[in-house]
Amino acid sequence: MISTIVENKPGVLHKIANMFSRRGFNIESLSVGETVGQDLARMTIIIKGDEATAEQLIRQLGKLIDVINVTLLDPNGSVERELALIKLKLNTPEDRVTIMDYTNIFRGRIIDVATDSVVVEITGTPNKMNAFINLTSRFGILEIARTGITALSRGSESIAIENNGEEKW
Amino acid sequence: MVQISGAKALLEALKREKVTVVFGLPGGANLTIYDTLLDSDIRHILCRHEQSAAHMADGFARASGRAGVCFATSGPGATNLVTGIANAYMDSSPIVAVTGQVATPFIGKDAFQETDTIGITTPITKYNFQPRDVREIPTVVKKAFHIATTGRPGPVLIDIPKDTQAQTADIDFPDKVEIRGYKPNGVPDARDVDKSAKLLAEAEKPLILAGGGVKVSNAYQSLQKLSAFLPAPVGTTFMGKGCFPEDHPLSLGMVGMHGTLVANKVILDADVLFAIGLRFSDRTTGNIDEFCSGTKIIHADIDAAEIGKNRIADISIVGDADKTLNKLLKSLSTQKGRKKKIEWVDRIKQVKREIQNSDVKETVLAPRAILKTLRKLLPRSAIVTTEVGQNQMWAGLFFESYLPRTFISSGGLGTMGFGFPASLGAKVARPEVPVVDIAGDGSFMMTENSLGTSIVEKIPVTVVVLNNSMLGMPAQWQRFFYNRRYSAVDLKRIPDLVKLAQAYGAEGIRVGSISEFENAVKTALKSEVTTVIDVPISPEEDVLPMVPPGNGLSSIMGVA
Repeated sequence: MISTIVENKPGVLHKIANMFSRRGFNIESLSVGETVGQDLARMTIIIKGDEATAEQLIRQLGKLIDVINVTLLDPNGSVERELALIKLKLNTPEDRVTIMDYTNIFRGRIIDVATDSVVVEITGTPNKMNAFINLTSRFGILEIARTGITALSRGSESIAIENNGEEKW
Repeated sequence: MVQISGAKALLEALKREKVTVVFGLPGGANLTIYDTLLDSDIRHILCRHEQSAAHMADGFARASGRAGVCFATSGPGATNLVTGIANAYMDSSPIVAVTGQVATPFIGKDAFQETDTIGITTPITKYNFQPRDVREIPTVVKKAFHIATTGRPGPVLIDIPKDTQAQTADIDFPDKVEIRGYKPNGVPDARDVDKSAKLLAEAEKPLILAGGGVKVSNAYQSLQKLSAFLPAPVGTTFMGKGCFPEDHPLSLGMVGMHGTLVANKVILDADVLFAIGLRFSDRTTGNIDEFCSGTKIIHADIDAAEIGKNRIADISIVGDADKTLNKLLKSLSTQKGRKKKIEWVDRIKQVKREIQNSDVKETVLAPRAILKTLRKLLPRSAIVTTEVGQNQMWAGLFFESYLPRTFISSGGLGTMGFGFPASLGAKVARPEVPVVDIAGDGSFMMTENSLGTSIVEKIPVTVVVLNNSMLGMPAQWQRFFYNRRYSAVDLKRIPDLVKLAQAYGAEGIRVGSISEFENAVKTALKSEVTTVIDVPISPEEDVLPMVPPGNGLSSIMGVA
């Protein structure tokens, strides 16, 4: 899990994605959003691979001019969340009640209801998301939209303000 | 403040970066820049193809250490630059390429001569810009030069839409720029340096492998100091050729696929390898798993992303080569328990003597004799460029280099057609020294039209064409690895190079013996125009020794 602060301007995502494909890194998930600081965005990248791969990716990211800071997040020292929207089919009237039950247990919300479908919003770790999807797949999943994981380190540590580009890898 | 146009702002910003010369070609999307160029005192050198413009800027940069600048129009102009930009990127050469782009309302509409220059050049530039407001131009230019020339140097591209070139505004020229994601300082970590010093002090058979980074950081003197202090022999990568004098008693020459016999043998015996300013390219290491597998490796480079990319090192140092070497020397002088390396150094001198004694005097017109003769006729400061292929590897093996920035060749990308335009760029940068392109016929023919530029712009160089009428390197591989089945390597009929040179207004001389070659070089060095020396050689000549691709350095073959 890699967290990076980048310039929030046109073309930056292209430069970063280009480096990934050029260097053959296998990205499992990537999420991007604005963050504190002027014109900055935070990217959370999940990659498959060993430690050497992660280190190379961090060094290659750090080399990009538009990347301000990069860090490898330790799963034990960080919090991670993902958001999923899941559209489920309603086959019988009882289905809605069951889905509402499940949703409550998973602390999700139903954000859209139609006569024959519902959209459920679930937030949590990827494991929780997968558990909910497995549980509800028998109703018939019409669509899923997942944001990809976003994460922060625990405690007061911050990569948004420290370093400012120097020795960023 | 006066209102000035984007084109004017560009040229003014270039002048502020002390640019005195640009290489380029006009076209629809950069005509505004070319119109403004008429009123500027920046010298423009008109090229015959954009690829050559980029190579000239590259040759200029490598000879001078300053950024070379090239101009091209949008679309095909920009795509023709691509080979030259990729070449500069692979060899960490600072060029700033300025391309025209279609006017902003047309971008993305597949307009005439539109291409996604930014998209195409992203993987082959250190950075690229597309200013869409005239007021951005001075900052963009300042940033471009800063990025291109600092840290690990590399090409930067500025893509300026046609309407932005014409747009006028009150413009500020910044004295300094701040890039928050880019702060190269090149200072190595003291702990890494101390650890390395300890390892080197305790080594019994240390060896230094020096790469292009040593040239870039002007670490020529400090490298020699380290070699003398330890003492340790010095081999170079192909890109490092010239960063250690090749007539020095501790010089091993080039390591790698077409490295010298002594370098490839001795490197495998070292107990500690100090590798500086290089990236462990496959052409240097051979089979990477077999490369110095029992040797402790210290890897120093300014680019942190090179650490652990190709070869995991025991100790790594991220920093500028000269700063690293100076810190290391300081740290070494305080190290206790230094082991003596006399036996090791004596053995190397012995191996070198043995190999040199077996050197036979050649009088036939063959690459080795030609290049050794050429070396004798040129001053130490002369600059040599090469084309790509056999000619290049012969030059690497047989043409000794003594000074940094005097051996200029396309190492990483291996771009045929590089040598001749690069020699013109180098001559523009250093008009006081002779510049010679060591060429093959196949490669020279790729950018031979730069003869036009050389004559019109009065840039006299010497081109020595080792002419076997073959694409020699693929022919050699077909001889060695494809059972002598020649496929598409015989050029059959290349033009008469003497007449070709004369057609452009250059001199052409064909030679048939070493003594004729000597006379031709002497004439060429005095000539006021470019001279092409056509040297017919046998198409059966091989570059030897050679480490077959995919093999370790110990598999070196073809040694007499």
